[in-house]
Amino acid sequence: MGMTIIEKIIQDHTKEEVKPGKIVWMDLDIRSARDFGGPNVVKNYEKEYGDVPVADRKKTFFTFDLCVPPSSLKYADNQQICREFARGQRIEVFDVDRGIGSHILMEEGLARAVSTVVGTDSHLNILGAVGSFGQGMGDVDITFAFKTGKTWFEVPQTVKVLIKGSFSSPTTAKDLTLYILKKLGTKKAALKTVEFYGKAVRGLDLPGRITLCSMVTEMAGIIGFIPEYGDSLKTEIENLSGTKFSPDEADEDCFYSDTLEIDVSGLSPQVAVPFSPDNVQDVSELKGVKIDSGFIGSCTNGRTEDFALASQILKGKKIKEGVTLKVVPATKRVYKEILERGILEDLFRSGAIISNPGCSGCAEGHIGLTGKGEVQVSTGNRNFAGKQGKGKTYLASPAVVAASCLAGHITNPKDI
Amino acid sequence: MEKSFISGRIWVLLDQNKRLIEDIDTDQIYHNAFLHITEVSQMGQYALGNLEGWKDFSKKASPGDVLIAGRNFGAGSSRQHAVGCFISLKIGLIIAPSFGAIYFRNAVNSGFPVLRCQELDELVAKKAMETEDEIKVNFRSGEGLNVSRNTHFKAEPMSTVQYDIYEAGGLFNYGKRISKG
Ligand code: SF4
Repeated sequence: MGMTIIEKIIQDHTKEEVKPGKIVWMDLDIRSARDFGGPNVVKNYEKEYGDVPVADRKKTFFTFDLCVPPSSLKYADNQQICREFARGQRIEVFDVDRGIGSHILMEEGLARAVSTVVGTDSHLNILGAVGSFGQGMGDVDITFAFKTGKTWFEVPQTVKVLIKGSFSSPTTAKDLTLYILKKLGTKKAALKTVEFYGKAVRGLDLPGRITLCSMVTEMAGIIGFIPEYGDSLKTEIENLSGTKFSPDEADEDCFYSDTLEIDVSGLSPQVAVPFSPDNVQDVSELKGVKIDSGFIGSCTNGRTEDFALASQILKGKKIKEGVTLKVVPATKRVYKEILERGILEDLFRSGAIISNPGCSGCAEGHIGLTGKGEVQVSTGNRNFAGKQGKGKTYLASPAVVAASCLAGHITNPKDI
Repeated sequence: MEKSFISGRIWVLLDQNKRLIEDIDTDQIYHNAFLHITEVSQMGQYALGNLEGWKDFSKKASPGDVLIAGRNFGAGSSRQHAVGCFISLKIGLIIAPSFGAIYFRNAVNSGFPVLRCQELDELVAKKAMETEDEIKVNFRSGEGLNVSRNTHFKAEPMSTVQYDIYEAGGLFNYGKRISKG
């Protein structure tokens, strides 16, 4: 019997026989901790292992992205706890200037195709976008991974999702992602790996793939892969990561626990309504919902292409009076790109607030939260009650956020 | 002590309609208002403290009791407290058709026994498994006996990895044991 992609990656990292449902010990190529979870990892580590060196310092990293630079004393302390541990162990820290950890791992060529990566980030499965098996875990797991370079993992079943039909602008990868989430909900892919096939996903560029793979977390899935890569995409990934890209493919005779089809022909922009990411409606059904603020950024939509799209809509226009738009690049590299390409200036002139790279705006504890009664439209991935403060968050594409900030209410970009 | 068996009195987590409660999330198991607590011994009093109909669980439960829950038990956040609160109460075992992925890992890593059993919904629906029943389960084979009714059921056995970590008393102890061996 052939193997699915996840089975191949795991098999590449264990001597045990790999099959769905079986728990195996696997070797980890990269283990990381953030400023959330990281301090607990340090605490556990020092308690259990004292100053014994980590298994391999070259494969171990800290990434600070949640509260950067820190706006609370607790985060300031926590980051310093990690820094001091890292100095003692000679572990590299991607510090508060660098941006979202998962994106840094891709940009640095650390999360490579067919690699295994764990960290204290529940969206680390975003790395499926570059063919890597990324997985978020708790601090006990990550402490053990620092020390041993290994973890146990239950080989998940794989479901095949065939995306039929195609769509065109102003519909984007985010709308596709929200629509898939609407169709799969939180049960159909729960605890499973998803392989997405079909023309609409094959055509996605890397940022679009990042968007789709990041939200497999909201589908309750283990990880998602988009196994069909064109030549231009391979080049795109190689340029970003600076390493050769040779991903795994599923065998023809592999076993899928389920095969599902989703038709996206003529899909229009989609919006997730509070307070659940899978509570998705067509933008037309929400037309006129008044907004107070917008947010473009997060690991889901924080790449240069996302800001380029927003600036196409905003350029030469002014954000509606009384509305604020927060723009946060995912990484320093993205920041540099939007600066050099003039995108940053266009966004600034339209009235946007531009912040330094990081997660900001995505969750409570970061800068850019919502107050009680505030209505926000965001490119993030979660809109649970209280997640970004007491306000209500609608999830949408950068194009819908930009258009809505011009109009002052939820708007289809084609109506601008 | 033989560690591959456990027997105990069960609590079946039913809702008002007498159905097994599904998707119990970590906030219902252990409310985020008490996350500052770091001593496991202090966590027990808050177990299920946010689950409608079960808020007094910590007062009713006795050491060695077994919890029977619906599918996707422990969905949601990665808080270790949601496992710690049951360790604190000395609950012997939790059985559910499925668990949240991170919850399951956290339980295994703490050396706390969790088992999956696909028959639960049916057993509960036909009243063949009710609160106060005494059950006995073998972790290695998955064989279950409802001692009160003298009926059998089958859970998924623990994998070797899960059993080894459980037997060692948690992931850290397990790791030290294998690195010495
Ligand atoms: S942007 Fe939000 S979801 Fe993404 S890694 Fe940061 S905190 Fe997590």
